[in-house]
Order: sequence, then C-alpha cells, then structure tokens
Amino acid sequence: MRGTSLRTYLITRLALVIPMVFILLTLVFLLLRVAPGNPIQAALGGHAPPGLVHHIEHRLGFDKPLLTQYWDYLWNIMRGHFGSTTTDNRPISQIIEQNGAATLELTVFAMLVAIIVGVFVGLLAGRFRDTPLDVGGRLFGILMYATPPFFLGLLAQLVFGVWLGWLPVAGQASPLTEALLQTHTNIYFIDAIWDGNWGALWDVTQHLILPGMTLGLITAGVFIRLTRINVIRTLRDDYIEAARARGIAEHRVVFHHAFKNALVPVITIVGLNVATLLGGAVLTETTFNWPGIGHALVTYLENRDYAAVQGIIVIYALVVVAVSVLVDFVNAFVDPRIRY
Amino acid sequence: MSDAILQVRNLRVYYGTPGKPVRAVDGVTLDIGESEVVGLVGESGCGKSTLGRGILGLLPDGARADGAVLYDGQNLVKLPRKTVRRMRGPDLGLIFQEPMTRLNPLLRISDHFKETLEQHEPKLTDAEVRRRSLETLGRMGIPPTRFRQYPHEFSGGMRQRIMIALALVLRPKLLVADEPTTSLDVIVEGQILALLADLKNNFGTALLLITHNLGIVAEACDRMAVMYAGRIAEEGPVREVFANAAHPYTRELLRSTISLDTTALHSIPGAPPNLIDPPLGCRFNPRCPSAMAVCNELEPVEQHPAPGRRVFCWLHGPSEMIPQGGQAPLEREAIGVADEA
Amino acid sequence: MATAAAPPPRTPHGRARLIALGRMTKPIREASGIARAMFWAGVAITLFFIVLAVFATWLSRYGFTQYTANGTRFPQLAHPSGAHWFGTTSLSDDVMARIVWGAQTELKVVAISLVMSLMLGVPLGLISGYFGGILDRVLVLIMDALLAFPYLLVAIVVAFLLSNSSIGQGVLTASIAITVAYVPLYFRVVRNHVISVREEPYVDAARALGARPRTVIRKYVFFNVVQNVPPIATLNAADAILLLASLGFLGYGIQPTQGAEWGYDMSRAVSDAASGIWWTGLFPGLAIVLLVTGLTLVGEGLNETINPVLRRRRYGAFEFEPVPGAVEEAE
Repeated sequence: MRGTSLRTYLITRLALVIPMVFILLTLVFLLLRVAPGNPIQAALGGHAPPGLVHHIEHRLGFDKPLLTQYWDYLWNIMRGHFGSTTTDNRPISQIIEQNGAATLELTVFAMLVAIIVGVFVGLLAGRFRDTPLDVGGRLFGILMYATPPFFLGLLAQLVFGVWLGWLPVAGQASPLTEALLQTHTNIYFIDAIWDGNWGALWDVTQHLILPGMTLGLITAGVFIRLTRINVIRTLRDDYIEAARARGIAEHRVVFHHAFKNALVPVITIVGLNVATLLGGAVLTETTFNWPGIGHALVTYLENRDYAAVQGIIVIYALVVVAVSVLVDFVNAFVDPRIRY
Repeated sequence: MSDAILQVRNLRVYYGTPGKPVRAVDGVTLDIGESEVVGLVGESGCGKSTLGRGILGLLPDGARADGAVLYDGQNLVKLPRKTVRRMRGPDLGLIFQEPMTRLNPLLRISDHFKETLEQHEPKLTDAEVRRRSLETLGRMGIPPTRFRQYPHEFSGGMRQRIMIALALVLRPKLLVADEPTTSLDVIVEGQILALLADLKNNFGTALLLITHNLGIVAEACDRMAVMYAGRIAEEGPVREVFANAAHPYTRELLRSTISLDTTALHSIPGAPPNLIDPPLGCRFNPRCPSAMAVCNELEPVEQHPAPGRRVFCWLHGPSEMIPQGGQAPLEREAIGVADEA
Repeated sequence: MATAAAPPPRTPHGRARLIALGRMTKPIREASGIARAMFWAGVAITLFFIVLAVFATWLSRYGFTQYTANGTRFPQLAHPSGAHWFGTTSLSDDVMARIVWGAQTELKVVAISLVMSLMLGVPLGLISGYFGGILDRVLVLIMDALLAFPYLLVAIVVAFLLSNSSIGQGVLTASIAITVAYVPLYFRVVRNHVISVREEPYVDAARALGARPRTVIRKYVFFNVVQNVPPIATLNAADAILLLASLGFLGYGIQPTQGAEWGYDMSRAVSDAASGIWWTGLFPGLAIVLLVTGLTLVGEGLNETINPVLRRRRYGAFEFEPVPGAVEEAE
C-alpha cells in the first residue's frame, strides 16, 4: 500500500516540474534577449565590422523574429542543444562536461563537510541549550556564515599556502597531474581512483582541501543554525513528553526521538541550501582559480559573451529544479505522512 | 486509608518566575487505594494537571516539588530522578489530553511498544514483546492487523486507546489520566471512559482521573476530590458528595452543571485567584456566597463531616478555632464585571 | 452576584503608549540571559558601524581615494604604521580610511535595497496572499522560480545587464541587483503569513461585519504580518552585505571613484596575498565579518525572543517555606 502512494506522489511531483522549468527558461530568454545593447557587438569588443556582426547574428539566429527565436530556443534545449559561446566558440555541452565536473567535485566535497560539521554541531547545540557548548557552537556558526568565501579563502591561502607552505592555493591539480591523468568522468578525484593512480589522487586531494573546506565550513554555518532550531522545536513536541512519561531513558529520547525527527527537515534544508552552495562556489572558484562553471560564468560575463552566459544560466536553472525534485522525493520516502 | 497504594502528603509544586513563584499545588494530601478510581475535579488552572504530573515527577524546567508522594514505602519527591524514571511504566503511568500529537509520527505502533517493553524488561524476546503488545492492544479494541501501522493512520479515539495500551502494557499499579477525553467527541468519550472505568477488573490498576467534567466523575469514579487554587476543597465518595456537597465551591460547581432539568444558567462570579499572591485564608473567599469574616484571615483546617469524607471549610468548624466575630458575613467589594473570567 | 460597576476610567493616551511599549519589549526583557546578551552585543556592533558610516567625514583621517597628503604621495603597500594604522594599498590608499568610508557605502546601499525590497515585496505578498486567484498563482510560480536560484547569480545577472545599459555601474545598479534578488523572499514570507492570518476567526468576523478588503488588510492583516518583518529584515540585511561584497569582489559593485567598498578591496588584495601582503585583505575581510555578525546577532536575538517556539523564559530560584505542622516522612 505504501508503494503505490509513493509512486503516485513521485509522478505528480514530476509533473509539477514542467511549469517551473518553463518559467525559468522563459525568464532567462527574456532577460538576455531584450537586454539593452547589442550582445554580439559587446562580445566582440564593440569594434567589430558590421559584416562580421551580421554574419554571427545570422548564425545564431538573432535576425529572426523574437517569437521564432523563442521556439527555437526551447526546442533546442529540449533536444539538449545548448549552443556554443561567442567568444571562444566552445560548445556549452563541453563546458558542462569539464567545468561542470570540476564544480561537482568541489561542491560535493564541500556539502559533505558542511553536513558533517553543521549537523553535528547543531544537534549538540540544540540539545545542550544555553550551555557554553551551545553558545560556542552558535557563535562559530554565525562567524562562519558571516565570512565570505573570498575572505576565508584568502586567509587559508595565506596561512596554509604562503606561510606554512603545506597546501597548494590554486587550481584543481598540478599541471603534471593534469597532463598525465586520464579523464573518464572529468572528476579528477574519481578518475584517479579509477586508474589506481595514487600519486595523482594525493595531488588532487591536496588541491581539493583548501577550497572544499572553505566552502564547506561557511555553508556549515547555515546548517548549524537550522539544525539547532529544529532540535529545540522537536524537543518540545508532545510525543517527547509522552515518551518520558513511559520511563524511556533520556539518551534514547534525545537520540531516537528528538534527533531523528529533527533531522527530517534537514533533508529539505540541505536541498534548499544547494542554491546557497552554488552561489558560494562561484566565489570560491574565483578565489582559488578552480576551473568550475562559476569561474567560467564570471569569465564569460567579463567578456560580455551573452550566448555563453545564457547557456550557463540555463544549466544552473535545470540543476536547481532537479535538486528540488530530488529533495521532495527523499522527503516523501522518509516521512510517511507526505503523500498526495 | 490503610490499603492505599499512593499517599500524597502535603505536596507543594511551585513554578519559578522572574519574580515570586507560582504556587500551582500548595499543600495537597490525598490517598489512592488499590484498584480504586479517584476523580480529581476543578476549573482550568486549579493545579490538577500539575498534581498529576507531579506525582510522576514529570515537571517542566523551573518547577520544583516539596512534600511527600509515598509509594511502595518510598518518597518519590526525594528520590533521584533516574529511580523515578524507572518506575514510570511498570509502577506508574500517565496518559495525556491530546492523543493526536502524543505518538512519534515516524515510528510504527509496534516500534512504540517494542521500545517501552525493552526499556523496562530488556530480557524479553521479540516474540514475547509482540505477544504482550497485541494482548494489551486487543483489550483496548485495536486489532492485530493494525499493529505495524503509523500513528497518522488512526483516528483520535483510537490513538487514545493506543496510548492507554502503551501505559498499561507493563501493568502499573496506578494510572494517572489527565483529561483523557476532553479533546474527543462524546461517543468516543463514552467508549474510552468505559475502558478506563474497567481497569480494575482487567488490570487491577488504580486510576486517578483528572477532569473538569463532573459528568465523567459521576459515571466512572468511586471517590472524588475537588481542587481549587492549588488546594483540595473537599473529598469523599462520589455519591455522597454529589448528594450532599460539603464545600460551597462544590455546591456552586454542581449548580453550574447543565442537565435536562436546567431552566436558567448559573455561574460562579469572578475568576480563579492569582497563584503568585493567593488570597489570605480560604482561597475561595472572594467568590464564596457563604463567606464569613474568618475565611479571609485563617486557613481552614481539615474536617470530617462524615466517615470517609474530608472538607476544608470554616462552615464545618471547628468553632473553637474561630475568633470573636469571625462568623459574621464577610465584607467585601462587589465583584466588578471586568473581573469575570 | 455582580453589581453593575462603572466602566473603568480611560487611561490617558501617553500612558497607554508606554504600556504598549512595555508589552512589546516584554519578550526581550524576559528572555534568557544568552539571548539578551547576543542581542545587545549585536546592537552594539551594528551601532558602531552606523556611527562609522554617518560620521565618516569626521572620523576618518583620510578620504577614500586619497593617496597624498601635504604634497607627498603615500607609500605603496606600506606595512601598518603610525601614519597608516592599517597600512596602504597598491594604489597608495589608506586601508583604514577605506574601511571607515566603506561602512558608509555598505550601509547606504543595503539600506536602499532593503527599503526597495520591502516596498515591492510586502505589498505584492499582501495582495497576492489576500486575494488569491490567477494573479497569486502566476506570481507564486515566478517568485518560487526566482527563489530557487542562488541570490548571487540573480544579482550578478541583473548587475551585468544594468551595467551594460544606460544606468551603468554604480550604487543604483548594485541596489537594484540586490533588490531583485530579495524581493521573492519577502514576497513569499509575507504571502505565507497573510494566508495563515486570513483564515483566522477575527478576520472572518471583520469580513462578516462588512468590512471592505482594504480595511481588513490595513487593520488586521498588515499589522499582524509586519510584526514578523524585523527579524527577517535584519537577517536579510546581513545577507545583503555579503551579497554586496560578493558583487564588489566580482567587479559588479561600486566603482572605486564612487565610494570605498570592502568586497572590491578584497578582490585587489587577492594578488597581494601571493606576495605575503596581508593587511590589504585582512582588514576589509574582518570588517565584513564583524558587521554581518553584528546584524545576525540582532536578528537571531529578535528571533529567539519573539518566536514563541524558541522563547525561553527566565526561571527564578525559590525556596519552600517550612510548613507549620509535621510532614510525614517515609522510613
């Protein structure tokens, strides 16, 4: 009986995705097509001869009526054709493969750090409320949240890179490793394990530590606060008092009832904070020269490459929607009350 | 009472505030006999819930208890918290008012039972746990097919039955029921009450039934105690108290009850007193229609108007303790409209 | 029986206001020590920066683009010293001056954005939540879609588009970018609250009595909803500072000629770090952390005291007075 209702929920939820994707894509299209200035001119530096501009405009379909452009745009996306950049003629799909993989490597590592540190400290802070443990944990969380990635990154680079010299401060891997490593997934960490190349694995890990910890600790700040609030709320729930009335030992009440139930919304919180993580990744990648999508976006923005920017934003939009659906799926699985 | 399983002696439970404490229970003495059903009645805020929780040691932060709750030769108030916790389940039980929120929504009913049984009797096998749970649930009218369902799949009435079964699965000697039917509709209420009234036959458990509904007390209880502003006003067998109330408060309560004979609505003017600074003397004196001068000065002493009955009221004497002029009617200001609850 | 008493005398207007104020601040006064300490610490820090911002002209030794004094050019990338407490940048600007003036920039831009976000988000949320219908559905879809995006991306895109237009880069662009990023948040919060308040019995009663929608919204819904805004706005201001600094770091913030901005200074400090020069980055960074922490403490403190789920009253210690007469003790 539980299986069917879960399935129905999933199908319904997927159906709701369509309008959201539709709106996002339309917004992106509108924003960049009706933006002031001639995008091609801007991408080519503003001094290109009109003939070249017209040629590129024609190639990209900019001379067609707006509505036609809109349909083409949607149709292309549905077929998976995201186009190419204007400035360096690189297919967006390649950007996804290479830069996307790098960002994935960074964000997954950072999210793990954020969850482990954030949830752990948050649980303790909520349980031992108003003790030094709680206050310390909260202050740590607040300070972490208040620290922009470029500041923490800067400090990390100064301390661990320049002064102590322990870890590298930029890039995904050293040039030698980059040249020698076979790329299967473009996620260097996985590729190194795939090949059994332990030297490369060590090198890649070293490069991953500073940016990953930076982004992870900062995001942990948000998780500490939210987990703590959830634990406090859950400890006030009626079934907690009822469990105590049955003589259940306090540590069991805290762990099996309070913490478990408090963590259910954490799944949603993690999902909601993927967006925060992606935003932070843009800054982290810029600080550490990490070749991810955020870094690419910033570069293409600087070069006024509208086509590239549009393609990348569409990718972000799709990722964001996919994550929100995934979060709802997991939630429905864990909490038996959520079924349509 | 000689065969009392629980003896409350001068229990006080105060809640801390930034100022003076709230004297929620201010000197209550009460006995509960084996397999007896005792009703504890009173208005909202009179301290009956606090008393029920206080007996089990389930007080919130900032609250402290003083006095004695004697069970099995020990004073629960003075015992370490861990010891009292171990008694909750096998010796003492408590069921609450709102069954809808008292079960963990993420756990099945079977998990709830398993946890309770394993906590107190860790040596039980899984089969034993299952057998005992199903047996108790069965007596509450829950079929075994629903054993592995989640709380949200049950109605309010059924959840209350599950709560009762959970409280009884370890066969405690005393069950405290804090307004167990207040949030249920009348028909379900009747069913639950029938279950509770029958505890002595099925389980040999005594019941302290806390309620503001006199009708329930009339139906289900052997004895009753009336509480006002943190103190017992009177106590005795249900029939006798109903037929011949000794305390003016009880009389007013009975008059306020609506029945098929009611032609006009009666209410007690004024509101229950502030428990931080309660009135001097008898706490009911500002609202009592029969108040005397002494009622505002001296606290009434326990009197026995009949065997097995107790009352705390100067109307029952003892006259030797009432000073000169104390029996004159009490002078007091008219209760303003704004003072009504 | 009650006798008819005269109606209580009306409290004079001023005294009624004081009583109302007392009632509003009651949660703060009754809150546990930790919440209050956090709140007041946050207030102190925030006030400090506000003072810096307002009195920058008098408090700062130098201007924010000043690189000379008395005809001599300041040293480039000088260590912190007596003349320059926080050192100088590669352009010979005094770091400390840029911190002080930066406070003015940050607070100015964030304040403008906050006001604009509120002016857009709150009314939209009120109308959408109260009247529902097609307008509501459409707005919710759009706002939810925007909210799903990282704030930074929304702000960057808007700033990017505006900076290529006639408005160009500057305070206005940054403010608009930040506003656009946060309007969906206020919209959603206000709308959700309106929906829950809308179904309350007292609103129903007002409608039953024939009150016009405008009156119902104004008198009942608005005040109820607005109470929730201060903690959210404060926490949002903290986030906005970070957003502005991030925009500045990426080059989409305030132009250096218009004002000092901490994020922008940090972007210039990145190259300094490789040479081991720490003061160009440390101080702007610390300033960001401190101001955001201050605002967050105020917001969290407000949350802790106002939000009934989290509120925790102080309990007093007390002693039981001995009762006259013996108490039975167990053997």
